[in-house]
Amino acid sequence: MSTGVTDKTQKTIGGIRRKFAPWNDPGAVPLIRYKNVTKRFGEFTAVDNLSLDIYEREFFALLGPSGCGKTTLMRMLAGFEEPTEGQITLAGQDLVGMPPYRRQTNMMFQSYALFPHMSVWDNIAFGLKQDGMEKAAVAARVEEMLKLVKLETFARRKPHQLSGGQRQRVALARSLAKRPKVLLLDEPLGALDKKLREATQFELMDIQMELGMTFLIVTHDQEEAMTVADRIAVMDHGRLVQVAPPAEVYEQPNCRYVADFVGDVNIIDAKIESVAPGAVRLRSDAADMSLMIAQDVEAKPGDQAWIAIRPEKVRVDLDPPVEQGVNCLSGTIWDIGYLGDLSIYHVELPNGARIKAAKPNLTRVVERPISWDDKVWVSWTPDAGVVLTR
Amino acid sequence: MARGTKGRWLVLAVPYLWLFALFLVPFFIVFKISLSQDAIAQPPYEPTFDLSAGWDAIREAVGQLNFDNYSYVLSWDNEFLQAYGSSLWIAGISTLLLLIVGYPIAYGMARAPKSIRPTLLMMVILPFWTSFLIRVYAWIGILSPEGLLNQFLMFVGLTDEPLEILATDTAVYIGIVYSYLPFMILPLYAALEKMDETLLEAAADLGCPPFAAFWKITWPLSLPGVFAGCLLCFIPAVGEFVIPDLLGGSDTMMIGKSLWTEFSVNRSWTVSSAVAVLLLLVLVVPIVFYQNVQAREMEGR
Ligand SMILES: Nc1ncnc2c1ncn2[C@@H]1O[C@H](COP(=O)(O)OP(=O)(O)OP(=O)(O)O)[C@@H](O)[C@H]1O
Ligand SMILES: [Mg+2]
Repeated sequence: MSTGVTDKTQKTIGGIRRKFAPWNDPGAVPLIRYKNVTKRFGEFTAVDNLSLDIYEREFFALLGPSGCGKTTLMRMLAGFEEPTEGQITLAGQDLVGMPPYRRQTNMMFQSYALFPHMSVWDNIAFGLKQDGMEKAAVAARVEEMLKLVKLETFARRKPHQLSGGQRQRVALARSLAKRPKVLLLDEPLGALDKKLREATQFELMDIQMELGMTFLIVTHDQEEAMTVADRIAVMDHGRLVQVAPPAEVYEQPNCRYVADFVGDVNIIDAKIESVAPGAVRLRSDAADMSLMIAQDVEAKPGDQAWIAIRPEKVRVDLDPPVEQGVNCLSGTIWDIGYLGDLSIYHVELPNGARIKAAKPNLTRVVERPISWDDKVWVSWTPDAGVVLTR
Repeated sequence: MARGTKGRWLVLAVPYLWLFALFLVPFFIVFKISLSQDAIAQPPYEPTFDLSAGWDAIREAVGQLNFDNYSYVLSWDNEFLQAYGSSLWIAGISTLLLLIVGYPIAYGMARAPKSIRPTLLMMVILPFWTSFLIRVYAWIGILSPEGLLNQFLMFVGLTDEPLEILATDTAVYIGIVYSYLPFMILPLYAALEKMDETLLEAAADLGCPPFAAFWKITWPLSLPGVFAGCLLCFIPAVGEFVIPDLLGGSDTMMIGKSLWTEFSVNRSWTVSSAVAVLLLLVLVVPIVFYQNVQAREMEGR
């Protein structure tokens, strides 16, 4: 890890650290604009009337299940697919019809697409030579890139002589070498081991900030998205479901799909009982009492709703908690999962639903106080969960 | 374990056995004839080995073998060397023409929609359903002074009198390019088809326009196919005798034709054998070259 990027809401721009949230600034002009973009392959709609603004210097992550259109979205920006409908602009310039070799974007391909007949060195130098860069400058840049991805000793090898992770790093170096305005990374770190992946994540954030580039990254690793991204877009079937900073996506998902897709979550079926500013009361089969969530919600009593609550925010106790009366359910331990840092308690409620509660293992667990089939209480504070209406 | 080893030996032995029976044995027979002398006999050369005559007779027969036929063939006056040179030249030019004609076809096939590729492949192989000889004869009908081509050209008004194509080297080139085209297209197609198209996207992404990307990516990656196709065409083209015989003129010199004349007209088995052995030596160079390329290609996987 190099310069620790701790607070992601801040960025060093022009030497000063300041709050970075251009998406909240109505005056900010987006660098990349998808305007009502639809992409169809024959009958199949891969991207469905999607609009998205990405700002300069932003590190933007796309999350979503396999086949939801993440790669297609990127390929349209890089110029390998033309949108069936809609418009894409980069720095105000309409990209439709512009060939890929004239676009100021570089892409790291999901399949790497390394040139098999060229050495690692020549692969990385390819784009630089294409720009007519001077020989010495090319060499310097290639060396710099090799150092970055820790492949200095592999410069003369051909791609087929490298391991999967090494190839991935070459692909990364090749796409970074030209220092494009916009870099598209399609699952750039999937083949790396955890340690190297984390180190590279921080390298990427450093490079991105240092060179003022805009990154669009696809990843299947939510932790990675949370770590690197300024904003995350959660996609489903060619649509954007939520676009927000990582903390917001995690703490305030706007629907069950997002809550379920990002991180682990308990979803409790409920009906709205009463709505007041900053407080919602709900009724659920799972509890004998009404449940309370401190939140504004647009709904009326009787509406179907769901409570989403993260396992780490749920308490499990053998005795009824002191501040009884709010969000307190009784149940029995159905299973216990040991994850090393955490223990996950699966609690079965009287109506058969199950709730997961995560407890950090603060001491070496020899014998847990709570065991299988124990009668327990699960509880959470009103500000721990969110009410979802869809 | 022991049984496994034996089984492997057996599997390995089969191709070598075939090679031995179908290539090496005939080669040594021809080689032996090339060291013999013409004779009015049946077969028309001597000495012949008679195994029943005993060891001494065989030793004596071996003593009669010599390289006279080779010095005859290699002497400048007998026009074999010219024929070798001319054959290599004609085969070389033809191979180049084949590459120029075949590459775009193979490229088009490899980039065609997957569903129609088998049909295109079929169409390339289709001419093989008719005898080679008949197809070459058909070209006589097309190229002759009152043939289809000349009739068409005069009908369109491009020429007033028929062009002299038949019985010239041009006709030989046309014949070779036509007959060998599938042998050029198929290896090229195989090489181009397995190329990953995202490589071209990657090149474009890095700022390389399509034409430059062809020379930097597609062409180098298709080189194994280019070598295979060229050798597959060049080697048989050097020894070709039907096409120059039927389409070429009396002054078209090709070693296959000389060999055939030597064998059938002059009835000299020994000299034609020497010509054949020398031809083989000439071709060993490109074959070894091809082997090297293939070995390197295998290593590349
Ligand atoms: N050229 C194409 N022709 C037809 N369908 C396509 C084509 N390219 C993509 N698709 C379809 O579009 C959908 C979206 O594909 P895309 O590659 O964008 O998915 P993805 O989100 O990147 O998935 P993954 O996470 O698995 O990489 C998929 O269902 C895919 O089958
Ligand atoms: Mg993808």
